[in-house]
Amino acid sequence: MIHFVLLISRQGKVRLTKWYSPYSQKERTKVIRELGGVILNRGPKLCNFVDWRGFKVVYKRYASLYFCMCIDQDDNELEVLEIIHHFVEILDRYFGSVCELDLIFNFHKAYYILDELLLAGELQESSKKTVARLIAAQDSLVETAKEQASSISNIIAQATK
Amino acid sequence: MNPFSSGTCLRDMIRAIRACKTAAEERAVMLGYPTHFGQMECLKLIASAGFPEKRIGYLGLMLLLDERQEVLMLVTNSLKQDLNHSNQYIVGLALCALGNICSAEMARDLAPEVERLLQFRDPNIRKKAALCSIRIIKKVPALAENFINCAASLLKEKHHGVLITGVQLCADLCKVSSEALEYFRKKCTEGLVRTLRDIVNSPYSPEYDISGITDPYLHIRLLKLLRILGQGDADASDRMTDILAQVATKTESNKNAGNAILYECVETIMSIEDDGGLRVLAINILGKFLSNRDNNIRYVALNMLMRATTLDAQAVQRHRATILDCVKDSDASIRKRALDLLYLLVNDNNVKHLIKELIEYLEVSDQEFKGDLTAKICSLVEKFSSEKIWYIDQMLKVLSEAGNFVKDEVWHALIVVISNASDLHGYTIRALYRAFLTSTEQETLVRVAVWCIGEYGDMLVNNVGMLDIEDPITVTECDAVDAVEVAIKRHTSDLTTKAMALIALLKLSSRFPSYSERIKGIIVQNKGNVVLELQQRSIEFNHILQKHPKFRSALVERMPVLDEATFSGRRAGSLPTAISTSSGAPSNHPNGIAKPATAPIPDFLDLSSDDVPAPSSSGGDFLQDLLGVDLSPTPAPSGADMPPKASTDVLLDLLSIGMPLPVQTGLSASDILSSSQDDKAPFVNFNGLASLSSLSANATSPANAAPMMDLLDGRGPGPQKSEENGQAYPSLVAYESSSLRVMFNFSKQRGSPQTTLIQATFTNLSSNVYNDFLFQAAVPKFLQLHLDPASSNTLPASGDGSITQNLKVTNSQHGKKSLVMRVRIAYKTNNKDVLEERQINNFPQNL
Repeated sequence: MIHFVLLISRQGKVRLTKWYSPYSQKERTKVIRELGGVILNRGPKLCNFVDWRGFKVVYKRYASLYFCMCIDQDDNELEVLEIIHHFVEILDRYFGSVCELDLIFNFHKAYYILDELLLAGELQESSKKTVARLIAAQDSLVETAKEQASSISNIIAQATK
Repeated sequence: MNPFSSGTCLRDMIRAIRACKTAAEERAVMLGYPTHFGQMECLKLIASAGFPEKRIGYLGLMLLLDERQEVLMLVTNSLKQDLNHSNQYIVGLALCALGNICSAEMARDLAPEVERLLQFRDPNIRKKAALCSIRIIKKVPALAENFINCAASLLKEKHHGVLITGVQLCADLCKVSSEALEYFRKKCTEGLVRTLRDIVNSPYSPEYDISGITDPYLHIRLLKLLRILGQGDADASDRMTDILAQVATKTESNKNAGNAILYECVETIMSIEDDGGLRVLAINILGKFLSNRDNNIRYVALNMLMRATTLDAQAVQRHRATILDCVKDSDASIRKRALDLLYLLVNDNNVKHLIKELIEYLEVSDQEFKGDLTAKICSLVEKFSSEKIWYIDQMLKVLSEAGNFVKDEVWHALIVVISNASDLHGYTIRALYRAFLTSTEQETLVRVAVWCIGEYGDMLVNNVGMLDIEDPITVTECDAVDAVEVAIKRHTSDLTTKAMALIALLKLSSRFPSYSERIKGIIVQNKGNVVLELQQRSIEFNHILQKHPKFRSALVERMPVLDEATFSGRRAGSLPTAISTSSGAPSNHPNGIAKPATAPIPDFLDLSSDDVPAPSSSGGDFLQDLLGVDLSPTPAPSGADMPPKASTDVLLDLLSIGMPLPVQTGLSASDILSSSQDDKAPFVNFNGLASLSSLSANATSPANAAPMMDLLDGRGPGPQKSEENGQAYPSLVAYESSSLRVMFNFSKQRGSPQTTLIQATFTNLSSNVYNDFLFQAAVPKFLQLHLDPASSNTLPASGDGSITQNLKVTNSQHGKKSLVMRVRIAYKTNNKDVLEERQINNFPQNL
């Protein structure tokens, strides 16, 4: 099971966190600080797995962002590397050549995508096309709702309530 | 106070709100319960009707709340309604939120809804429901039974997403409920094998393709579930061997996806019941992984090999060389894993070669790794030390390289081994000396070297016990003293090293008498040392050097061989009596004071030690009644420790008693004082010091000095030599009863009419054998008694054999008073203890 997902920038700023196990606010900040320190200090040629507090942390660096996932001892690390790559490719497809700025300004969308990919710490969908389709459908729902709210008939209805 | 009760309370409420320091407090007062930022807004959004609001609301909920917050309960109703919503995306949102943060109560409440959704028409909802169920059964394992059937039907799906989540659900069900495990094992193994075969053989599919493999995630999940089902069950394992072999051989391993599948396959093969053919295949795959350039693959392979070692050590041995290379890898995680694996692989055949390689690597490894590496090397060397000389060599190398990382028990054990390897003493001390000259910054090496130079300094200087392999080396006494002086003067030496060096100097002053003055000079320099321990030692040793040159050599004789067996037993057991044993633990004792092996010194201070057999201590009590009596129980074990706790009271008693005792107090005081450093009992130091100075005051008074010297001269170590009688004396039946006869045979030592040698013979007159036979004797003040060990402590029955014991009595009132003795005999017969006491008055007059 994946216990949490962390996206940290090269300077140590947190871009995205998702917790699938119970961690209190204080514990979360502590974990982020600790892991950030461990992972950011690792050299480039080292392997992508770190033993940390009895768990395994798999991380991969994409440009200036580190994608980290914390897993149990008996999970397959190489598979989690694939899952990270899966996530990045979906983000790339959605945002079109994703960069860190996209994630900073559209963090809510990044969360929606992650929620379509992982649930309860397990992989949900192995097809990038399906995930993209689902996100697109939900986005269009949001668009329709917005259009409806701003349509003239609605404004009149609200005003006369 | 209820903020909503009445008008006057409104004023109180406003006052309370104004008094709040933070927004959070304000919210707490206004709402009536504490909340955090944004939580109520999230709840409102979730409860609203539109999809966008719900979406943001659920996002906020998942970010701002976790299952431990009580506010989460408020969401349950909204969730229930959303799970039944007509819009499937809203159902999806609800399932997502539930699956990520639900608590146990919520899980119980909403489980039926989720169960229903497992059979929803939309596959996306089904897959979300499956994962949500995983969380539910983890939170409430009792509900697992309800999900078994639905989960089994999920396994027949075609949609990959549902299949993946369904397989995962089954895997988690098996972990939680053994009933589920049985069910799946019986009903679903075949189906799973078929599914795996289909996916392995499936043609190219653009939607699920990753690096040429169709849906590697599904491969891996299926393999994992098969592993759970096959573990411990030969039947199920049988059914999957074919497909496992196929996966293991056909999967391409040039990309990470392929390697991930192979890794999972190897894991499965290792866990299920197997005949062996598959295992060989698995280990080969791991071997290929090991030589892969990718760090990740090697790391994963080392991990797996550690588990494989328990199953098939032979196969793993073949890859020893590669593993050894991995120990020297640049990646810290790989190094650590490789070292752990290597540790498991060491056996008698390869230990020498491996240790050699590891020690070579120790020289170039970096600091964080050195500690780990040193610990592993030391424990390996200890475990596999077949020859002492090899052990000592390796340990010396380790100490020279990484002495600072060596733990205390390790170098203590080394000293125990050194003291036991008596034929290697010369070799060891010379090797240590050479090592000491080159690497003085390794603290532990300095300590061991200093101790050995102190003990075996004479061997060093006289090149005793040269072995063929050694190069000749000339070390003069001056060099040896120089070395110890360096140890003291180094500013990086810590307290233990300096203390050990002081003792070593004392020993050297006895072994190299010509250097006494110089050594005294070095010791005296520490008289004013800030650290109490060093100051004390230097003052005491200086005193010994100045005032008591004669018994200095007795004090610092060669240490008796430290008992390896008890030491390793103690170490392994880490007994609660460690406090008294550690102060006296032979190898840790920086105390250079040895008891002469042959002359049993009365253990006055042994009263609370567990090691001493009961008769001696009870004998001590019995005989202490007779003041000034020379206590002679059967010899206590030579390594008997002196627990300092009992010391101070007994010390004072001893001092008041008189003659024989200053010897013991001299020994025991410094004993206590040097060992109390371990006990951290500074107040004992002061008392000891006080008694020691009163001792020196006593000692300087001429009245006591002479008899003390006489006593010391008389009590020199050395076996009793029974010389021929100057005069013949009749033998005496000292004691006879129906069960025992004691005969004394007398002889006199030539030239000393005051001293009589008595040979006591004990004969058993009863028909039962006597065990644990113990003879004790006490004499009045004007006599001194010395008892040798008995020939045995089992007395055969009916006079079939006898025990003999030698006694030596010195009569200071020879001619004026005759000998008189009180004896006490204890033995066990017929499972009961017998004690007999008698006074013997019928000695011949002129003894």
